[in-house]
Amino acid sequence: MTRRYVVRKIAGALATLVFVLAFNFLLFRVLPGNPAQILARNKLLPQDAVEQLEEDFGLNDSMGTQFVKYLETTFQGNLGISYTFREPVSGLISERIWPTLLLIGVSTVGSMVLGLLIGIYGAWRRGSGFDVSTLGGSLVFYAMPEFWLGILLLIFFAATLGWFPISGIVTPGANFTGFAAAADVMNHLFLPALTLTLGLIGEYALVMRSSLLDVMGEDYLTTARAKGLRESLVLRRHAVPNALLPTVTLVALNLGFIISGAITVETVFSWPGLGLLTYDAIQAPDYPLMQGLFLLFTAAIILANLAADLVYGYLDPRVRYA
Amino acid sequence: MTTGIPQSPGDGLTPVPLAPDQKLPAPKRLQSPKQIAWTRRRRSMARTWAAYRKSKMGMAGLVILVIFVLIALGAPLLASRESISATGAEGAAWESPSAKFPLGTDNLGRSVLALTIWGSRISLFVGLVATVISMFIGALVGIAAGHMGSWRDSFLMRVTDWFLAIPFLPLAIVLASLLGASIWNIAFVIGITSWPGTARLVRAQTLSVKTRPYVERARALGAGNWHLVSRHILPNVFPLIFANTILVVAVAILSETTLSFLGLGDPLSVSWGTILELAFGAGAATRGAWWWLGPPGVAILLVVLAFTMCGYALDEILNPRLRRR
Repeated sequence: MTRRYVVRKIAGALATLVFVLAFNFLLFRVLPGNPAQILARNKLLPQDAVEQLEEDFGLNDSMGTQFVKYLETTFQGNLGISYTFREPVSGLISERIWPTLLLIGVSTVGSMVLGLLIGIYGAWRRGSGFDVSTLGGSLVFYAMPEFWLGILLLIFFAATLGWFPISGIVTPGANFTGFAAAADVMNHLFLPALTLTLGLIGEYALVMRSSLLDVMGEDYLTTARAKGLRESLVLRRHAVPNALLPTVTLVALNLGFIISGAITVETVFSWPGLGLLTYDAIQAPDYPLMQGLFLLFTAAIILANLAADLVYGYLDPRVRYA
Repeated sequence: MTTGIPQSPGDGLTPVPLAPDQKLPAPKRLQSPKQIAWTRRRRSMARTWAAYRKSKMGMAGLVILVIFVLIALGAPLLASRESISATGAEGAAWESPSAKFPLGTDNLGRSVLALTIWGSRISLFVGLVATVISMFIGALVGIAAGHMGSWRDSFLMRVTDWFLAIPFLPLAIVLASLLGASIWNIAFVIGITSWPGTARLVRAQTLSVKTRPYVERARALGAGNWHLVSRHILPNVFPLIFANTILVVAVAILSETTLSFLGLGDPLSVSWGTILELAFGAGAATRGAWWWLGPPGVAILLVVLAFTMCGYALDEILNPRLRRR
């Protein structure tokens, strides 16, 4: 991979990150609802206490000084103290990140595998009943709010049939160990992961389908057929690997979508991850927590996009010399 | 744009071939450039409509939309405003569907059907206002970047990319939470977070229109930037903006639902999102009250599906990239 391509992509990601930091800083200070105004709203607070708090928050310094301080503390991993939990935001986030990673990871893998298979089969048998019905299905799942799909699954499979637990990540009070504990978590994970997976399958299927249809017209497939390869081998060895390329970027692009999905779906199933934490931050409202989560989500997406660009550049030489 | 549809003769624009024994018609009154432009636009719109009518998907979407718009406009005729207020509830709490309440009642005894009917107003309104804001910013940035070019273009596109990098929902949550809950704020927040896609699309189209000979000709005749943009670029970019608008409405309605469900909606107005929030908060899911949680979701699904279907159908007709396929 050319060094120039890598350097350009990394510089671009860093510039975006700096913009987001500045944006995050300004957002919570310029808009109504900044810490000073929240403090001033509490009339019972004695004047000297307000002044002390303003001093602690550094609100008396100039904007420039505040920004430098903000950058310093942020890079030290200090995201402030949550109003409601009265704990450092960074600690809360690192505690709650694992359930979310589990949920997002399982749904991404699940939707990718199923979506790609559906897309490949749909493109291969273009216009068939399978193709038309999966296209329609993708459109319907796209038009549905994900949390509503979650609620439907919850009503049917958990509240009515009782096959799965209604909320949480482990059965309260039960002290499972080893395999039983893992099975318990899987049992709780199933419905939220299914909701997110169903919401994402459509996009993978659509991208894979159109990408494969584009590849189908390429000359190297004619060459492969002329060599005497069977049609299934042409598809498996030549068409599919090339058509897979655009889906690499889709994984990164979908991260924003899947984070949005996780916020509402975790709320529906009380899955104790970052999404539920976001919901708690909204209800309070707990601005330091919200700010920390916003920064984390945005940074994750910028890094994922960078990774996708680099992987794509590695896989497809046409991109890095463009 | 060349299509197979014959242009109507005798409108003073296209030369009509004369039959050997035919006399020249009396010269028509001279038209102003504006009239000529509008005659052309009207004809182009009629052509688009003729193509649109052939799309089954587009017409199905349009029919669903018309029905929902009629429901939203006729809400006062279909259900009284009183019946959806907490004090004017007519039924008992948690009633399952019956003849009197076809979709049952909520935890306050209000008819879910009446709530869903009234909810269509706020949901559609917020969706439309948000889309107008998003389109305005997107078109402005896109045309400015594409038309001005050079460093201004790079700068505006850099900013667009930054906004594109910020995930929509977390940003919308932060903004909505800081601004406070009202339907205007929700519309504003959705509008201001969803423009970057439009800006890129409009910029690409502006760049392609800009190089066409008639723009060069206008510039050679001394046309200023404002004239070029308003008379030549905007009318040619507009169809694409329009198709995109319809797709953005779908996204905006979904976004309103999501934000309301998270408790960021206006607590004083009933939208499909706030109905779902109240229902879920009241434990309708664990009680199995499908009649309360179902209808608003189905309404959202149908409206979003309809907008998406209309948008795709229009996009296929108006988007030059897709038309060639």
